[in-house]
Amino acid sequence: MIQLAWLIPLLPLIGFLIIGFGGKKLSKNLVGLVGCGSVLAAFAISLGIFFQLHGTSQVVRLTDWINTGKLQVDFSFTIDPLSVLFMLIITGIGFLIHVYSTGYMHEDEKYDRFFAYLNLFVFFMLLLVMGSNYIVMFVGWEGVGLCSYLLIGFWFKNTEYNNAAKKAFIVNRIGDLGFLLGMILIYTTCHSLSFDKVFSHVHSKAGDLGVLNLIGILLFIGACGKSAQIPLYTWLPDAMAGPTPVSALIHAATMVTAGVYMIARSSVIFVNAPAASELVAVIGLLTLLFAATIGLFQNDIKKVLAYSTVSQLGYMFLGLGVGAFTGGVFHVMTHAFFKACLFLCAGSVIHAMSGEQDIRRMGGLKKYLPITHLTFLIATLAISGIPPFAGFFSKDEILAHVYEHNKIYWLLGVVGSMLTAFYMFRLYFLTFHGKFRGTHEQQHHLHESPKSMTIPLVVLAVLSVVGGLVGIPNGNYHLLHAFLRPSFSVAELAANWNDDATSFGSEEARLMIIAVLAACAAIYFAYMLYRKNNVLPTENEKDMSKYQRVVYHKYYVDEIYNAIIRKPLDWISGMLYKFFELRVVDGFVNGIGSAVKWTGGVIRYAQSGNIGFYMFAMTIAIIIMLLVKLF
Amino acid sequence: MSAIQIIPLNWYVTLSAILFGMGVLGVLFRRNAIIILMCIELMLNAVNLLLVAFSAQHSDPNAQVFVFFIMAVAAAEVAVGLAILMMIYRNSKTTDIDFLNRLKW
Repeated sequence: MIQLAWLIPLLPLIGFLIIGFGGKKLSKNLVGLVGCGSVLAAFAISLGIFFQLHGTSQVVRLTDWINTGKLQVDFSFTIDPLSVLFMLIITGIGFLIHVYSTGYMHEDEKYDRFFAYLNLFVFFMLLLVMGSNYIVMFVGWEGVGLCSYLLIGFWFKNTEYNNAAKKAFIVNRIGDLGFLLGMILIYTTCHSLSFDKVFSHVHSKAGDLGVLNLIGILLFIGACGKSAQIPLYTWLPDAMAGPTPVSALIHAATMVTAGVYMIARSSVIFVNAPAASELVAVIGLLTLLFAATIGLFQNDIKKVLAYSTVSQLGYMFLGLGVGAFTGGVFHVMTHAFFKACLFLCAGSVIHAMSGEQDIRRMGGLKKYLPITHLTFLIATLAISGIPPFAGFFSKDEILAHVYEHNKIYWLLGVVGSMLTAFYMFRLYFLTFHGKFRGTHEQQHHLHESPKSMTIPLVVLAVLSVVGGLVGIPNGNYHLLHAFLRPSFSVAELAANWNDDATSFGSEEARLMIIAVLAACAAIYFAYMLYRKNNVLPTENEKDMSKYQRVVYHKYYVDEIYNAIIRKPLDWISGMLYKFFELRVVDGFVNGIGSAVKWTGGVIRYAQSGNIGFYMFAMTIAIIIMLLVKLF
Repeated sequence: MSAIQIIPLNWYVTLSAILFGMGVLGVLFRRNAIIILMCIELMLNAVNLLLVAFSAQHSDPNAQVFVFFIMAVAAAEVAVGLAILMMIYRNSKTTDIDFLNRLKW
């Protein structure tokens, strides 16, 4: 079965080719069938591999790829617990979202193209997590960026959506440069790019801190771009311009966790690079607080979820930074469940509301959308960290490690989790409770979504409930930890961890209770504010307090970037155009032209038409050449 | 020892030099285009003579291959050159190069 691993990315690629080239000639049913079927088949194979893996780590080598001198890059796949876990998440959740899309996108005229892009995305994402060296990973990394761009700008007739797509692409490019530089630095220090060789090299020569820290920081810059961390997070909220299934699949469950995967994969490097790890933790912490506060006052249902995604990604990086690799990956998994569920619920709500996304015009949807309401509530409880839902276990594991590392980080993390609980329940109450605030027409149209949309919701909700049980914080029952151990064994060895993180002590129980109580308090607060007192976010900016206004405008980060990066760049390029381009470059080019013209004008008189003179000149020239040759 | 090898090499060199010099001077100072063409032939043949002489002296046939090439090329060149001169003569009734000076700046 493991030897069939190459089929996993190939199937979505074939799906993409069939749908992409078949285009409008295929019926919608066939497109849906191919799109979902290819991903389901990939999921089935991944599942087969999962059961046959038995904690081993294997490399499936397909072919030579780059083979020049010292640089040897194979096109090969790593099949180990870490990559298999991601493969399961990608194909499993990918399949559910494909199914959901058959309902959600049914009326769209570019139905076939949507599925082609989605399949292409799944292909690249699988390439990213399966590659056994940084180059294959990078190809997948760029590929998912491309698909993200294509899908954010899917409704390309809207200029704003196009701008969002471009923004995502360009901001990602900045991160990619960091990744690329990191790769080059890895190659110059380790003389290889395949994971096995790099990690054994790093492990055996752990000591050159400067270079390893630099590599770590460069890789983390790449992760910042893809996984929307400060300072490169601004693209993700705008990326919500894409269709909602895309937000769920790419901008919540899978692609944005690529950075987490990359750092988890490079765990050996980060364990040996304390400064880089500290940076990862600090940036993660800042991002999680920063995004959570922005989420407090957003009124677009998808924007709130987007900021919550940024914030949850911050948690993952905080975990990775303090060395809780299992915790970070665990949170990727649970987050994929509940955030995909939340986004799909939001899609269902938007579907029912005929395209309305502003939560101020919703309310009271509970009775119209019972299934959506229930699944949304479950996912909200999961993200808020209420036991026994999935988010509780993963968040708790990260926070436990953070507490060991630095108590202040832990405190801030708990504050972040309070904020999360608050804004998620604000969203929940404003959307599903109270009176309906939309137009009559919208109210008339309200309806529960078709089965193809609700079934994925239910499956994801169930996963959000039980998904955390693989990581019960007790050494013997922490299945995920045991499963992932082979992937992190070298890092664990290097970090010299004692295993007390997985043994459940009274200290951890206390922390857990504090975190849960904090979340409950936040939920109660949200309940009092938005359910009991029916406070409605104001539509008028003048009614806002100063702080609220700043947050409502997302701390003006976009404007600041505009002012300190775009404006100066515009100014510099304007100046360069005026002075350098027009004067120097054009002057140089035109100068060559006129110089040639002038010399030609002067020396053309040498062409006198007198053949005797020509011959004389020729003879003299030959004689001179001979003399030069002789002496 | 054939007759060609009896004559000392110096004589050939001298003769070739004289012929070549005549060719150069003719090209430089004569004004009739046909004579200029002939002088060019003279130069080529001076070189041919030199090549053949050295070839015989050193018993190395390689130079003779060159000579054949030169003769073939010279024949082609003369054919083209004379054809051009014919056309010039038909159009301007002269082969004096001092009058053929309209192709300039």
